[in-house]
Amino acid sequence: MERSPVIELKHITKRFGNNIANDDVSMEVYEGEILALLGENGSGKTTLMNALAGIYYPEDGQIFVRGREVNIHSPRTAFDLGIGMIHQHFKLVDVLTAVENIILGLNEKSRYDLKAAAARITEICDRYGFHVDPFQKIYTMSVSQKQTVEIVKVLFRGADLLILDEPTAVLTPQETEKLFNVLRNMKADGKSIIIITHKLNEVLEISDRVAILRKGKYICEIKTSEASVQQLTDAMVGHAVTLNIDRPVPVDPKDKIIVEHLTIRNSDGVAKLKDISFTARTGEILGIAGISGNGQKELLEGIAGLQKIESGSIRFVDDNGKETELVGMDPRKITDMGVTLSFVPEDRLGMGLVGNMNLGENMMLRTFRHSGGPFIDRKEPFHLAKRVIESLEVVTPSVKTAVRKLSGGNVQKVLVGREISSSPTVLLTAYAVRGLDINSSYLIYDLVNQQKKQGVAVVYVGEDLDVLLELCDRILVLCDGQVSAILDARKTDKQQVGLLMTKLGGEAANE
Amino acid sequence: MFDFFVSLIPRAVSQGIPLMFGAVGETVTEKSGNLNLGTAGIMYVGGICGVIGAFLYETGVGPENMNGFLAILIPLACCLAGSFLMGLLYCFLTVTLRANQNVTGLAMTTFGVGFGNFFGGSLIKLSGADVASIALSRTSQFFSTKLPFADKLGWFGKVFLNYSFLAYTAVAMAIIASVLIFHTKLGLQLRAVGESPATADAAGINVTRYKYVATCVGAMISGLGGLYYVMDYASGVWTNDAFGDRGWLAIALVIFTIWRPIHSIWASILFGGLYILHIFIPSGTNLAVKEIYKMAPYVVTIIVLIITSLRNKRENQPPASLGLSYFREDR
Repeated sequence: MERSPVIELKHITKRFGNNIANDDVSMEVYEGEILALLGENGSGKTTLMNALAGIYYPEDGQIFVRGREVNIHSPRTAFDLGIGMIHQHFKLVDVLTAVENIILGLNEKSRYDLKAAAARITEICDRYGFHVDPFQKIYTMSVSQKQTVEIVKVLFRGADLLILDEPTAVLTPQETEKLFNVLRNMKADGKSIIIITHKLNEVLEISDRVAILRKGKYICEIKTSEASVQQLTDAMVGHAVTLNIDRPVPVDPKDKIIVEHLTIRNSDGVAKLKDISFTARTGEILGIAGISGNGQKELLEGIAGLQKIESGSIRFVDDNGKETELVGMDPRKITDMGVTLSFVPEDRLGMGLVGNMNLGENMMLRTFRHSGGPFIDRKEPFHLAKRVIESLEVVTPSVKTAVRKLSGGNVQKVLVGREISSSPTVLLTAYAVRGLDINSSYLIYDLVNQQKKQGVAVVYVGEDLDVLLELCDRILVLCDGQVSAILDARKTDKQQVGLLMTKLGGEAANE
Repeated sequence: MFDFFVSLIPRAVSQGIPLMFGAVGETVTEKSGNLNLGTAGIMYVGGICGVIGAFLYETGVGPENMNGFLAILIPLACCLAGSFLMGLLYCFLTVTLRANQNVTGLAMTTFGVGFGNFFGGSLIKLSGADVASIALSRTSQFFSTKLPFADKLGWFGKVFLNYSFLAYTAVAMAIIASVLIFHTKLGLQLRAVGESPATADAAGINVTRYKYVATCVGAMISGLGGLYYVMDYASGVWTNDAFGDRGWLAIALVIFTIWRPIHSIWASILFGGLYILHIFIPSGTNLAVKEIYKMAPYVVTIIVLIITSLRNKRENQPPASLGLSYFREDR
């Protein structure tokens, strides 16, 4: 049967200054299908989708909706054409309720009737099998709830093409499964869905067709039923990649950081960490698993001296076996002992990098203390920046480009690259591969492994359980700020870790 | 004690009305995410534009031949036009050209005060008065016309009815603004623009239009405060710099009322009362004591800031994108 496309993109080109984000991209989407859009970081997936959603306006090219050429110059036009996008960073107003967010921007002439809108929201939720409390304020919601509100928002506007930008990046495996069920229901309802994701197993699970972008160019499309992870990766990266994370057996592990009965409260007095005890050893990767916001950030910042510690002790063991108490120590002294922290927050720029500074200057933020005299050494950080660009394949016009102009993944490579370059003894890293494509992710895993081989004690906070299970030697599972379990990564599985993340001790959930 | 309040409240109210206009206007502006520190200047411009209009009319036709309707309409229209232009200028600089809001606001305050003093000085020269002020007593009479039956109702009349139409307009503005912001779709979209313009934009709201309209309307409301001050409170007498720091007090009031215009009704009267409290406090010849009492409104604002920050409730925080300019393709 000849199907007609719902959306057709023809020769789309979009530039940001000298950066070409999309270069002559043509593709189409059909009714009732789930299309996965795949590509490395900075390959222009989000930009392309933003052009469809009316956020960016392409310099060149045409867009056809149901055969008719359209000009999407604002998000409003996109809505009117039935295109709805769920952005990676949710576009919700925190202090408003779900229903207020959902009716935002809808036909201004109609009456202000929240009750009627709430009833329609419930109806939509029932139809596709999810749940939202219309009168809950956004800032009290979990990430998964916020995402649901976003999905309801576009459905409420009668969208029949949904674009989801990395929807699973912040979800637990259980939440992801729920989301996929909703997506399948929508597909059965005749809606078209474009999903951007880096997780190839998810691509294979949910999509019907895969479109691949590389460096802003459209490479090819593959039917999911005929695709394999290896094939997709190769097409995405442009050359063959090995997809094994090696895990050398730790050589002569010695205790490096000993944490005992650590309790940390946030500024509201809520205990973020309760009575945590563990040991990080040299030449070993300790993985930390947990739903985001369960104390990972506080734990790493606590060790780095950036959090006020209520009780407990953190001891650093030097090469001679001498123990030093880190609690109450100046963060700078802790850094000087070789404890480095690279935390990649959701917005990627929030910690450690200054968006308006260029790559070299951001390197300088770490190196400036080492140069003597009143003047800073500008040469060395720029060399360092060049080395990071080369070794991590950062896509950037030059070292003098402001970091905020790079795509998310590249920003992250700069951050992680800088932290590793200071040859630490303890490497604390959180979400190092958050939102990174597969190729860059593997580069980061390799870097972490190199550090491990050099005898660095690595604490790796991650989101992707598959990776944690392959990369780490031991996994500490956090649940609600407490240690749910410390597992041998070689002898556990995803199911067990998933349960431990949601229920303390995990056993109760098995009943 | 009762008599004390009966004599204090009317004076507190007439002190508070300019602040009420300023605060309501500034709240409407800030809800769109524009932190307009030019309010002090805008109120000044509103005042002087009203004075210019009144002066031209009063000297043009002569005080005896003035028509009451025109005597009010002309200064009112001039005031609104002047403050509207100030709002427009602010928007053009901060929304269209994306200039820094703080710098723009401060520059506009300096400009507004200078503008007022320049034309004030010119008018004083033109009128050929021996003192450094212009008196538009006839126009002021029209502006300060009170309800005719106010005097007959004893203390009730004195406290509640003894004001001119602009005073009631201020209260009405506060109520209307409050209903609009919190109970209509329009207000919902406005709040969304001020909280997160990117969200509002993605939802199909014209962010630029909302910012322009809210800021210009806000400026016009603020401007009326200046007009009320000259025409009613100061009985039509314009003296350079007499308006003082009321504009800043209005901005402090916005924080004090945690961005809820309805609260500005009582809060501005309270501020008005605190502002003139020193007159009622017997302090003898020691002027320093009076100066201490004059600090009262600011001290109260600081205390409120501390309390609201401590409670840290999300609803009581300023609009999240206050002071930031928005550009859709910004990364």
